[in-house]
This record gives sequence, structure tokens and C-alpha cells, in this order.
Amino acid sequence: MTDKITVKNLFKIFGEAPDAALQMLGTGATKEDILDATGATVAVQDASFSVAEGEIFVVMGLSGSGKSTLVRLLNGLIPATFGQILIDGQDVVQTRGEALREIRRNTITMIFQHFALFPHWSVADNVAYGLKVKGVPATERRDRAMAVLDQVGLAPWADSLPGDLSGGMQQRVGLARGLASDPQVLLMDEPFGALDPLIRREMQDELLTLQKTLKKTIVFITHDLNEALLLGDKIAIMKDGRFVQIGTAQDIVSRPADDYVQAFVADIDRGRVFTAGDVSSDPVTAQLHGDSAETTLRRMEDASLDALYVLDGDTVSGLVTHRDLSAALHRDGPGDATLTPSLITDFTTVDEGTYLHELYGPAGIGLPIAVTDGDDRLTGVVAPEAVLAQLDNEAAAAPAPRMEDAR
Amino acid sequence: MSPADLITIPFDDWINAFVRGWLVPNFRPVFRAAQVPVTVVLNNLNAFLLFVPMILTTAAFALAAWRYAGRGIAIFTILGFAFIDMIGLWPETMTTLAMIVTSVLFCALIGLPLGILAARSDTFWRILRPVLDVMQTIPSFVYLVPIVMLFGVGMAPGIIATIIFAIPPMVRLTNLGIRNVRGDLTEAARAFGSTEWQMLWDLQIPLALRTILAGLNQTLMLALSMVVIAALIGAGGLGLIVNTGLGRLDVGGATAGGVGIVILAIVLDRITQGLGEGSKAGTLSVGQVLTRTLRGRGAAPVDATVTGPVARN
Repeated sequence: MTDKITVKNLFKIFGEAPDAALQMLGTGATKEDILDATGATVAVQDASFSVAEGEIFVVMGLSGSGKSTLVRLLNGLIPATFGQILIDGQDVVQTRGEALREIRRNTITMIFQHFALFPHWSVADNVAYGLKVKGVPATERRDRAMAVLDQVGLAPWADSLPGDLSGGMQQRVGLARGLASDPQVLLMDEPFGALDPLIRREMQDELLTLQKTLKKTIVFITHDLNEALLLGDKIAIMKDGRFVQIGTAQDIVSRPADDYVQAFVADIDRGRVFTAGDVSSDPVTAQLHGDSAETTLRRMEDASLDALYVLDGDTVSGLVTHRDLSAALHRDGPGDATLTPSLITDFTTVDEGTYLHELYGPAGIGLPIAVTDGDDRLTGVVAPEAVLAQLDNEAAAAPAPRMEDAR
Repeated sequence: MSPADLITIPFDDWINAFVRGWLVPNFRPVFRAAQVPVTVVLNNLNAFLLFVPMILTTAAFALAAWRYAGRGIAIFTILGFAFIDMIGLWPETMTTLAMIVTSVLFCALIGLPLGILAARSDTFWRILRPVLDVMQTIPSFVYLVPIVMLFGVGMAPGIIATIIFAIPPMVRLTNLGIRNVRGDLTEAARAFGSTEWQMLWDLQIPLALRTILAGLNQTLMLALSMVVIAALIGAGGLGLIVNTGLGRLDVGGATAGGVGIVILAIVLDRITQGLGEGSKAGTLSVGQVLTRTLRGRGAAPVDATVTGPVARN
């Protein structure tokens, strides 16, 4: 994947003397020192990152961390003080006037926390706003607005006023407006922050569904780490205008860069961050028709397992437990005992991408969970203890030697 | 002991020297030329209103009143206009109406762009605001004299005095209305690449319209209150009737003229108010706008933004 957005050493300093403040930053002065000395406020400090095409890049931070400023630097609503913002190689920082407006019309659109819909225009006209600015004729505008409204499920409300819609619906209109001019980059400034929790979940899922087909490059701002972890292909944690850590959801949760990130991570639901692939181990198996109960039992003991999966060729036929096999061995004698009578065929299979919170139920039974690939081949086994260990945030060690390839 | 013992300032002489000695000789032709458009509009409008039969004019006003202000005002319009006709003041009333419409038209033509500029530039607004304050507080008799010197006497100078007196609310409320458009909406317009003109046209004027119309209504009322004063420098119409009555101690004549003005004022006020309330686009009610404007000239425009996005970071 190629990088759509590349940001290098981006600074934004509000106030009279940005150059002096920039120099002080160079000598290692803190934000407070600079405010005292020059009256300038450092909003974004030395931000560098890149966003690949089709990726959702989430910037997470609390109020005052500079995240809303950062997103407005990307489309030049706030001019940057220093640095580079390359979108398809064009530097937004150096672009002004009509050329900048061209970028906003064709390449980058924005979705706002408080929707920012025009109250005196119908939903369809709002959606078509970007097209109107571009000078697209009225009938074509209407057609394209209707197509996008259809996508977000609001076609029947095309002629309503935004004020007549609920918050969630209004933000769908906001989303449709952002999509109507078919931009390559979407900037989303806490788009779900003003919605109540249930609607927020619904919108997050809908965004993920839409993104599967749209494949836009998205920069998403939020103050909610759970939202960041759910949506972000890559997540940047921002504090006092700088990036504290950039990484995947698993990176952030399993290897927090400092105490600040650690404090956030402590509260999150790890079951929604880690997947079966993250906690599975390589399978120890037996062949249904090749291995005897005795050899299987020994293999289990060698690997100190209570149960293992039995394969018939390549396909999983079931699992056997140490207790059942011992009983069978005792009953039938070492020479005759086979695996078949002890085979438990009622087992759970999941794929690598299944989130752990869906495994709590199966793990509670106490049997290992089979991780299979698209062809039903066993690729790993999740021990129930591994799932439950993730529930304990403090104790959970980095689970993930396989983390990188899990994504 | 007072400062006057030490130094006296011949302020009146200075003004005299400035106006008579410099302004009038050098710029009289310029000012004369400037009143031409006013004269043209006024004369045509006056001729038109005098030409249209009383019944037709009344019907038109009653219809507008019914449409924008309700049935009561429509009935009042018919009865009121009939009364004016019956006391024999119809032609004077139409002349007054022509003067007022002309004044308000020019107030809007000048005030709207000034208000828009003021909303866009804090510097311009800082300069303009004291000028508007002076225009609203200075007694109108004070500028009648220089106006006569520069423009002469007659209808057009009367209208120019009226414009000076009546334009401030138009500018103020246009400025206020545009400044009160929610910041996140203008930001959204910018984020979608609109030009300043597109933003003004698509967003700011429509959303400020209700406030602007409230300004227009105030301007209209102020223009009406100048009718009598403007008659002192040769403007005709109902003001002339009142002044003549005053000069001859003719209580009946003055009262008749006064009643005519009141009837006209009520009809025009209700129709334009209804116009403002009818436009749904506004974010503030006319009442809110008025209380705000009356409460404090200083505090009004910027901090009155109620609905801007909360807590940006």
C-alpha cells in the first residue's frame, strides 16, 4: 500500500511570535515556558506520520491535546506554522487560495462533531453542497446526492430539513455530504462524539461496513480509546500537542509507550482488541486413524496439555481429553484402545480474526478452541486459560509473538 | 477659576470655516450630483403612487398585510387608508410613502454591503461603530443646516437627512446577523472549498436574513420618524401638513397629518415585521435580536454567538 498522506515535522503555534516560539522549542523549552516568554501557544508539536491509502488513521487524545487543530491543518482550515503535509505528493502547507480550495473540493472532505449541516437547506441539498461548490449542474447534483443518501439509508428523508432528523441521522447526512464529492481523503473530527452510546456503536459499525467498499483514506479524531481501537488500522495517541505513540491497536494495548498511554489502556476492553490469532499457539494434534490412544496420551503429557485436537487427514474431526483417553486405555488395554470412542465432536472453531470477547463463552467450557483458516485447516489452538488471562488487564503479558501477522 | 479663563476654543468658528470655507465651495457640485439617483427614484415612485388609484393601492397593502401580518392588520389597513382618503390627505400620504420607500431603499443599498463588510473585518467594524453611534445620537437638526448648504432645499435633501438618520440599524443588524451565523457552519463551508462569495450567498445571508429584516424594520420606523423633520428643509408630504399646522397653530391640521403618519407607520411596521418572522431561516427571533441590540451596543455582536461549537481543542 502506498502512502496517501505523509506528514513531516508539523508544527502549529498560535500567537504573535511563532518563529521565536519555534526557536525555543528547538532548544528544548516546554510549552509553558514558551507561553510565558512569547505568549504563543504550541498546539501541535513535531507531528510526523503517514497514512496508507485506504487506511483508517485514528488520532486519540483528550481535550486540549491538539487533535482538532491537527486535523484542520491537514486541509488548511488552520494554516500550519512549519512542516510538510504531503497529500499525493502535494504540500498542503505551501498551498494557498484557489489551489487550496481545489484540494478541498476534490480531494479532502470533512465531517464535523456537531454535524454542521445547513439548517435552511434540505437533506439532499446539504449532501450536494460540495458538488454545488464545484459547479456541478443541479440535476446531476440531485442524482448523486440521492445515490449517496441511499448508501447511508436516508433516501426517504432527502427533502426533510436537517433539524427534523435525530442526531444519528444528522451525522449520516454529514457523512453523506463528505462522501458525495467522492474525495480520496475523509477527515472526521470526533464525528460520533455528540451521539449517545448506542447510536455511536451503530455508526462505528456502519462506518466499518462502508469502509469495506469505499476504501477511503480516513483520518479520524476521537477522545475515546475504545473507539480508536475499534476503528483504527493505525492509532496515534496525542498529548500536549505531540504524539506519544503510534501503532496498531495491539501495539498500543500490549506495549504502551509510557505511563500516560498505560493509564488509558488500563480501562479498555481487551477482548475487543485482541483476536484469537493473537493468543493461539501452534496446534499439537493426533491423527484419528494413525495414532493410538497410548501415543496420543503420551504426546499430551509431553506438551502438558489436558486436551488436543484430532485430525482426519487435514480436517478436524474432534478433540480428546486426557481424562477420557486414560479411562479408555484402562478399559481396553494399551494395544486395542483407539481414539474414536473418546472423540468429542462438539467443539468450537473460530478464525484468526475473531475477537476474544466472542470466545468467553466457549472458553468457559474448559476445552481448547480450534482456530481454522478459510479451508477449515487447523492453524492454531486457543487454550481457555489464554482467553481468560486477557480479562486480567494487569497480569496480561504481551500475548503476541504472532501479533504482526495477525493483522 | 475654570479652564475657560485660560483658553477659549472658537469651536463654532472652526466648524463654520470648515463647512462654509472649504467643504461647500469645493464639494457642492459633487454633493449635488450625488443626489441625482435619489431624486430620480423618488420622483418616479411619487408619480407612480399618485397615479395608481387609491383603491388599488389600498388593496395591494391590505393583501400584503393579510399575507404577512394576519387578517386584523388587513382590516386595519383598509379602514385606515379609507380614513386618510376621507380626511383629504391621500396625495400627501403617498408622497410620504414614496419618500420613505426611497430612503429605506437607499439605506438597504448602502447599509447591507457596509454591514457585510463590518461582519468580515473587525478593523472596519471598529472604525464604523463610533460613526454609527454619532449618526444615531446627534440631533438631526444639527445636520440639517450643512445638508441644506451642500444639497440645497427640497425633497432629495430631506431624504438624504433621513438616510443618515435611519441607516445605522440596517448596518448594525446586518453585521450582527452575519456574525451570529454558527462558526462550525462557516467552517464546514470552507472545508468544502467554497469561495467567500459562495459562503456569503449560500450560508451567511440566508441565515442572517431574519436579523437583517429586523434591521430593515427598524430603519423603516426611523425613516417615518424623520418625515416631519425633513419637511423643515422642504420635503413635502404629511410632514409638511404637520409643520404648516404647527406654524399656524392649527391643531386640527397638525393632528390630521400626525394621524396619517401613525396609520402609515402601523401598517408598514406590521407588514415588515411579519416579513421577518415569516422567514424561517433565522437562528434568532426578532425579539431576541432587538433586546440584544437595545441592551448594549458594546456587548452585542460577537459574544452573542450562542450556538457555536462547544469546547474545541
